[in-house]
Amino acid sequence: MAKPETIARMLPVFHEVFDDETLTIAPATSAKDVEDWDSLSHVRLMVALESAFGVRIKASEAAKLENVGQLADLIERKLG
Amino acid sequence: MTAERDHLSMLTETLPWLPAPAADWARTLKSLDVKAANLGGALQYLATSALNVNQLTNLSKRIEACLSGGQQLAPFPSFRLAVLSNGTISLAAAAIPASALRHGVAMRVKTVEYERIAGVALAGDEDISAFAPDAVLLALDHRGLPFGVMRAGEPVSVVADQVVEHLRMLRDGLKRHFRAPVIFQTLATPPSSVFGSFDLRIGGTWRTTIAAVNSAIAELASDGDYVLDVAGLVDRVGAERWFDEPQWLAHKVPFSLSMIPAYGDYAGRLIGAIRGRSRKCLVLDLDNTMWGGAIGDEGLAGIVLGQGSADGEAFLAVQEMALALRNRGIILAVSSKNDEANARLPFQQHPDMLLKEEHIAVFQANWTDKSTNLEAIAKALNIGLDALVLLDDNPAERAQVRAALPAVAVPEVSSDPATFAWTILSAGYFEAVSFLDEDRRRADEYAAESQRISVMQKSRDFGDYLSELQMAISFAPFDAVGRSRISQLINKSNQFNLTTRRYTEAQVAEFEADASAHTFQVRLKDRFGDSGMIGVLIARRSEYRGEPALDIDSWLMSCRVLGRKVEEAMLRELALAARAASMRWIVGRYIPTSKNGMVREHYAKLGFDADPMNATCETETAWLLDISTYQAPDLPMTVEGREG
Repeated sequence: MAKPETIARMLPVFHEVFDDETLTIAPATSAKDVEDWDSLSHVRLMVALESAFGVRIKASEAAKLENVGQLADLIERKLG
Repeated sequence: MTAERDHLSMLTETLPWLPAPAADWARTLKSLDVKAANLGGALQYLATSALNVNQLTNLSKRIEACLSGGQQLAPFPSFRLAVLSNGTISLAAAAIPASALRHGVAMRVKTVEYERIAGVALAGDEDISAFAPDAVLLALDHRGLPFGVMRAGEPVSVVADQVVEHLRMLRDGLKRHFRAPVIFQTLATPPSSVFGSFDLRIGGTWRTTIAAVNSAIAELASDGDYVLDVAGLVDRVGAERWFDEPQWLAHKVPFSLSMIPAYGDYAGRLIGAIRGRSRKCLVLDLDNTMWGGAIGDEGLAGIVLGQGSADGEAFLAVQEMALALRNRGIILAVSSKNDEANARLPFQQHPDMLLKEEHIAVFQANWTDKSTNLEAIAKALNIGLDALVLLDDNPAERAQVRAALPAVAVPEVSSDPATFAWTILSAGYFEAVSFLDEDRRRADEYAAESQRISVMQKSRDFGDYLSELQMAISFAPFDAVGRSRISQLINKSNQFNLTTRRYTEAQVAEFEADASAHTFQVRLKDRFGDSGMIGVLIARRSEYRGEPALDIDSWLMSCRVLGRKVEEAMLRELALAARAASMRWIVGRYIPTSKNGMVREHYAKLGFDADPMNATCETETAWLLDISTYQAPDLPMTVEGREG
């Protein structure tokens, strides 16, 4: 299960990528819940998270993600 | 998000010459009042920091919302750029409007991606035609061009010629359909070698083939098109950091997202140069910028300059950079908090100074604040504040000038003078799209101008001064030889410009062939020097009250020749042409901008009558001259025909 701290660290990245400081995210949040979360902004989101957490996310990994919780899990696994 | 930046890093990808965005940058952007009078300036202020790809994207969205909603973002000229790419260029293209605003252009972008490019170039595209682009950027990399599989040992020309032919075909098609110049990109060489060092010595490798293609691209663009030197950018940042193979394979993103801010800035400065927005003058602080230490405290023997120490050589390098810029026509000025005699001393007596007093067009050494001095420099040179760049080692002075005069470019520099020259030359302030004799001579012209001023001071009266100058003026219709300079004047002249209509080189070429247009390129010389082309006039045949008339579409002059009766001479020439063509009237128009107030009464002074009924928009004024009663004045200059 994704830790709340990880999701809290992801939040400012979401704010910047989607240009919305009122946005909130939870483990169940998915692309359909966020305006402007399309395939293009998804690329920016992945790159911004990579840089914020110092990890590298493979395209094959990014493609399988269904929601913010799985994304946080993936980042946590990479952080070890 | 961080306020501290490591300005010691000489890395273009981090845009270290720009201050970090303020902590409340995102909130300021959100809360901008779209009805504010200075919305353009406020957005440019937000653009003038080292933004990441997301911030650039968000700012660009705001710019697009304003422009598509019909707002102008004054005082910045508009530009529509179509971007064609073989990959996912949208992410990078979304950063260009914000980057371009940094360089003084209000830009809209439209992208075409993937396999559609060839179709768009060959068959046209309604969307792009409706968008009416001012230029088309061919953002192709090696994967979007017919290189095929490299065969080591094959002559370079086999593949290179095929690629260049493909680019030529795309260019010709795009120009035919969209009547706009093309911006080619040079190609970055992928970091993939099959031999190693030997790749450089044999045809059919990426290294030799792309080198040949890039030279051909520079040549291909010489017919009124432009080059965005991506290969030059990648030489700086490194191909291994530029290319991102996983992103390419996953999303067809052509280069790393971390490179988008630098790419956007490169594109923005090029568009700025096309629109004549590049800076013209480098203003130099002295103490700890041109030499180490304070001349007022340390004296001539105490300042650090010259061989023998790292800092002394770094300051020499700063001076070399300033001279190199002067040799390509950038004006140099000094603004220093010093007693004037102290400040001038090193220029006059220090043996290691490369800069001499004669290189400095305006020398301001006093104890007034810097922003007042910068205004005085702009006024003395008759250029806008947005033409100035200030190099100053002192963070407090930089902050003061940025706050008081946001139009002046003030690069961040580290405390190490070793980074100064690199910073000025990397920030893209002086980007150019041509280099003409006029540019080469500009620095000397400022010297000639000071000689003219001394003649004026000795003359008994103004008429006497003008005849002392022994001026010779020449007129010629637009032609291919003058085309670059005509377009440059049309895009750069802001003050003496009656209508401020901007035309690209391609549009200038159309006037050459247009039989209903009367065009003049005007050159002036005098006993002190040749000012080259200093005036441009375009008039179209039309009618006024049922009688034939010449309607002046554009009339602009270089401010260097103000007060020399050139405008009277241009009108005399136009009236001669009008008479020869059996015209009855000349119609003049004045469209006010924030910069051309000096010509509000231009037509009244020349004897035109106001004609309020004939203006085509609210702010415009229209003016009439009856040729049958016009009397040509005697003028203190000879008129020369041009050879050929």
